[in-house]
Amino acid sequence: MASGSLPAGIKWWSGGKSPYNVNYGKIMMWYFLVSDSFTFGAFLISYGSTRLGSDYWPDPNHVFNSFPFMGHANLPLAFVSLMTFILIFSSVTMVLAVHEGHKMNRKGVEKYMIMTIIGGLAFLSCQAWEWTHLLTGSHSVLVDGKVEHWATTITKNPFGPMVEHAGQLVATPGPQLFGGFFFFITGFHGFHVFSGLIINIIMYIKTRLGHFDQRGHYEMVEKAGLYWHFVDLVWVFVFLAFYLI
Amino acid sequence: MSSFEVPSQITIHHEPAPNTKRIWRAFWILSVVTLGELALGLSIYNIHKGPNPSEMMVLFFKGVICILTLAKGYYIAWVFMHMGDESKLFRRSIVVPLLLFIWFIIAFLHDGNAYREARDSNAGEFKVIKNDVPAAVLERGQKD
Repeated sequence: MASGSLPAGIKWWSGGKSPYNVNYGKIMMWYFLVSDSFTFGAFLISYGSTRLGSDYWPDPNHVFNSFPFMGHANLPLAFVSLMTFILIFSSVTMVLAVHEGHKMNRKGVEKYMIMTIIGGLAFLSCQAWEWTHLLTGSHSVLVDGKVEHWATTITKNPFGPMVEHAGQLVATPGPQLFGGFFFFITGFHGFHVFSGLIINIIMYIKTRLGHFDQRGHYEMVEKAGLYWHFVDLVWVFVFLAFYLI
Repeated sequence: MSSFEVPSQITIHHEPAPNTKRIWRAFWILSVVTLGELALGLSIYNIHKGPNPSEMMVLFFKGVICILTLAKGYYIAWVFMHMGDESKLFRRSIVVPLLLFIWFIIAFLHDGNAYREARDSNAGEFKVIKNDVPAAVLERGQKD
């Protein structure tokens, strides 16, 4: 791995050049990402604080255990792992596009940008399926002595503690904030994926039109790439907080 | 669009990386670490299903998963985002503010836990009556 060290003897702070040896736009993208990581961090930490402040919290392996076209098969973690791999792979194709950009190879950038855009679309489709599955699912819940059928929404959580009712085990309503945190944080992340996708599509069009060849560098693709990798980075932590632990 | 020159703020240019070996290596590391996390996650699931779930064991596995996730974050930032190629000063200007997260996480998780303990023991100002879930059921539910 490159050390990132710069030769000695240059007066970096004497003006006229970036003391970080980085262009303004890239510095600002990095600082935006730092502030965005605090936004996501605040959401995830408030989720953790609420979860530790509750007497009962549903087991994620019990809530997220379905897979498209697999019916009621119990497959904890399977679908969300697929989503994780899709996002990691689209991150790889993005960094390969940046690599081709360094070599000023327009065809290569186009190829890898298309692959990245497809990866982003696949991730968003997976998320749409997962949300639909949760919002339209039906679970028996014991409410005021009567069994009702609930989906998982921002106000209803059918995954509470189990109790005996009429000779069989029925769930009671779980902590109400579960759905709120889940839909808000994965939704906020999904919104980032969506905006990253739009940025990537614009970068693809600009590459095709030859704008970056005229400009003489592909730094815009690099900046879009930073944003896209950040979306992947955040997903790693959302995956940790909501599904793994 | 007419072509234009960006006034370069970069004094020393990096040579483009000769090949993509480093990228693919990071990809395989990320994949293997994710598979390891999945294995640990499924172990936690099976411990919970078992007759006597060991809280210590679950906590230990969750800690290992958190460390593996931090390793993944490092590879994404250092290789994919090329953080490892930037100057040391620039790297520090990103990483040092993020160190606030250490205190942020400790303080708020401790706060949530303290709130639950205070409420469950009816200590101090909190005189909240626990909801009508029977105590035996509460014990069966997973607390974390």
